[in-house]
Amino acid sequence: MLKKIIDWLDERLHLDGLLEPFRHKTVPTHKLSCWYFFGGITLFLFLIQLLTGILLLLYYKPGANEAFESVQYIVTRVQFGWLIRSIHSWSANLMVFTAVAHMFSVLFLKAYRKPRELTWITGMLLLFLVMGFGFSGYLLPWNQLAFFATTVGTQMAGQVPLIGQPILIFLRGGPEVTGATLTRFFGFHVAVLPGLVFVLIAIHLFFVQRQGMSVPPKVEKEWEQNPSLRREMKFFPNFALREMMAWYVAIGALGVLAALFPWDLGVKADPFGAAAAGIKPEWYFLFMYQTLKFIPAHIGFIDGEVLGIMGCGVVALLWMLLPFFDRERAGGKKSWMTGIGIFALVYVIVFTVYGYVAK
Amino acid sequence: MCSENVVNPEPVRRGLIGLFLGGGLLATFASFIYPVLRYFVPPQVADLGVDEVVAAKVGDLKPNASAIFRFGSKPGLLILDADGETYHAVSASCTHLGCTVQYKGDAKEIWCPCHNGVYNMNGANVSGPPPRPLQKFNVHVRGDQIFVSRNTEA
Amino acid sequence: MLRNNLRRVRRTAIGGIVLLAACLSFGQAPNTCLDCHSALPEPQGVTQEKFAQDIHAQKGLTCASCHGGDPTSMDMTVAMSKAKGWKGHIDKKQVPALCGSCHSDPNFMKQYNPGLRTDQLSQYHTSMHGKQLAAGNSKVAVCTDCHSVHDIKPPSDQHSTVYPLNVAKTCSKCHADANYMKPFGIATNQYANYTTSVHYDALTKGGDLSAPTCVTCHGNHGATPPGVDKVQNVCATCHVFQAQMYGKSTHFKAFQDKNLPGCVVCHSNHAIHPPTDAMLDTGKQGVCMSCHKPGDKCDVARVNILSSLTKLDQTITSANQILHLAESSGMEVSAALGAQDQARDALTKARVTIHTYQPSLVAAEVQNGMKIANANFKAGQDAMVERNHRRIGLGICLIAIAFALFGLWLLIKKIEA
Repeated sequence: MLKKIIDWLDERLHLDGLLEPFRHKTVPTHKLSCWYFFGGITLFLFLIQLLTGILLLLYYKPGANEAFESVQYIVTRVQFGWLIRSIHSWSANLMVFTAVAHMFSVLFLKAYRKPRELTWITGMLLLFLVMGFGFSGYLLPWNQLAFFATTVGTQMAGQVPLIGQPILIFLRGGPEVTGATLTRFFGFHVAVLPGLVFVLIAIHLFFVQRQGMSVPPKVEKEWEQNPSLRREMKFFPNFALREMMAWYVAIGALGVLAALFPWDLGVKADPFGAAAAGIKPEWYFLFMYQTLKFIPAHIGFIDGEVLGIMGCGVVALLWMLLPFFDRERAGGKKSWMTGIGIFALVYVIVFTVYGYVAK
Repeated sequence: MCSENVVNPEPVRRGLIGLFLGGGLLATFASFIYPVLRYFVPPQVADLGVDEVVAAKVGDLKPNASAIFRFGSKPGLLILDADGETYHAVSASCTHLGCTVQYKGDAKEIWCPCHNGVYNMNGANVSGPPPRPLQKFNVHVRGDQIFVSRNTEA
Repeated sequence: MLRNNLRRVRRTAIGGIVLLAACLSFGQAPNTCLDCHSALPEPQGVTQEKFAQDIHAQKGLTCASCHGGDPTSMDMTVAMSKAKGWKGHIDKKQVPALCGSCHSDPNFMKQYNPGLRTDQLSQYHTSMHGKQLAAGNSKVAVCTDCHSVHDIKPPSDQHSTVYPLNVAKTCSKCHADANYMKPFGIATNQYANYTTSVHYDALTKGGDLSAPTCVTCHGNHGATPPGVDKVQNVCATCHVFQAQMYGKSTHFKAFQDKNLPGCVVCHSNHAIHPPTDAMLDTGKQGVCMSCHKPGDKCDVARVNILSSLTKLDQTITSANQILHLAESSGMEVSAALGAQDQARDALTKARVTIHTYQPSLVAAEVQNGMKIANANFKAGQDAMVERNHRRIGLGICLIAIAFALFGLWLLIKKIEA
């Protein structure tokens, strides 16, 4: 029966040709192969976000008077609403984590080098979009923490010289964080960002598909010296089945987190209320937040905070253009890129932990 | 998964794979789809929103009497004038220390028993400790239901 | 002769300075008093800055309005001459009458502040301060002792000595000074006691400007002790229910017969602490057993009331515990947590009902509260049951996932075999 349907479709659409590349796609097998999984897991978590996000849309109402209550309604009255909402929140956080892990694995395995510069750039853009999802989605329950995190976050964007103030007005939909901001963020979160992400994911995956999997230079060298060591695995079904196992593990972990630690709803935002002590951004913004706190108020004539924010922007831009700085070196000299990668990783970890612990 | 240890190829029975894989896939699919299907079922308690609640039905209140209703998580006070037609609705949380206020029909005033705070029918604080007026709500009668709503903020 | 000459020289010199000052401040209504007095030491010294803060100065009154004389004259002998109505230092005994000459005149006061009362002086005459002053004791407070002199601010100004937050401090200037109060033979611990009271906390820490301070119970211009039979009337201005219940209770008559000061018997006067259930107990804070005998009818009622209150209190506490436990394990119980307020309200009401001294009435209120508290407790239990359901569901799902994983692993092994 199934075969008949497939044949019928194949006759008309030539699915064979479409699926052909996947038949021949292989994945190099070596001791670092496990890092190939993170991109796939991130994609899977994104699909979960898509599904749970659509489900949440059935009951969520954007608006300063209704947002908090509608989320409360979802987690209290709607059957399994707590589960859907918790999975959406947890999956969002895990997705940021796996995306960052994917980024660092690509960095350390040097998979960004020629000819994969554009893959790296689209990946970085995707990471920024994921953070944009996190930032905009965080406000949607309209609770106290989100309200102040958004106030502070958009305030920082407003510090950029010249274009800062227009950006702030654009983000907030006015000079202050109000219901208008919520409406905007809702629009970004469910329409603008998903649209951009779909396009970028398509491009990103197309690049990966065209270029095949990168083999780390070290492994490549070993293989060149001893071709008998070269191992490959068919993408389908061998790697796909393993990826599926990883996805199952991910969804199991999500279930455990959502059921044992349902995401807190907090208290409704009160724009006139005092900011609670120790308001902090989401953990994935913590290292930046903590860095900005370290910068003195004034450096020469320039405002410290402005400098910090500009610095963050410059670093992000340089990081995105990283592949173009890693030129092949003669004589097998050690690239300084690994050093930078380790420094960045240690810096992010230390400042995140510090930001978490610091008052 | 990081280090692929080579397991000596061992003939695995088809049935065993089918049992675990088929059973596992089916069971997980069921356990994923079940909450989602239940999620689609609209809850019995209709979500009226918190900008508007049905405070009472016409006829529930006698003229010159009042009733407490729930507005979100806070109590509200609905008063029917002596003329039997005009309704007033205000927040029932005293602005002094948050006690629930009550309507005194004989004096036509709203009174907080905790420290003798007095408000007029419009919720304005008249005497006693209350520092601010009570929040005033809008009342609309539609059919036989009395809707109380608050002004929406921006 | 020589002295006269000297005086003339000095007068001309001062006149010259005054003339200079007058020229510098050309265009303003001349008030020559401050030209000299701003340089004088206390108590004659009054600077322009100080007097400018005075509500009277702001309304256009000058030194001469109270002290007489002619502030436009630059000649000191003219300005401060009896002929111009100069009064000089106002004797303390004359102060109330002087202030009253305007403040008791409704027609005069109307033009400045039509809402201001004009009975302060007549009230003052009824006060202990006023009576003592009339009897010739000049140690008592007159207008200026409380309202300050030369920088009198309206009571709504938070720097005023009679702003609600400052009243107690102002009274304590005399009433907490043991030396000063010695001739009167009254206690001086009122301020110290008051600062430990629930009213003081509400006023200063709670920022509740309507919370009682000295004048709320004793009156301000007619300041006088409330008197034994009037105490519950004073307290009743805010504590309506308690007073009503007490007024109908057996204690009311009993205390009146024994000339005991009502509310104060149990709650004390200045050091009124937040009431606790322990006041009903036999311990250190207990108040009942200082009059009642163990085992009598009232003691039985006391035990009855105490136990029912304790029961409700404990039920609310345990409901709180289970609700917070449920909340911390991620359950949404905000509705029940909100309803806890109602249970606490019922407990407060039951505690108020103690003033009837009838166990049955207290029990009725306790019943109300118990209903709500039990429902909340049940909501907490239900939430915990639901939490366990979630965990069982999770367990089942995890087993299914483990099955699928194992199946996938077998499949991979088979394919790669």
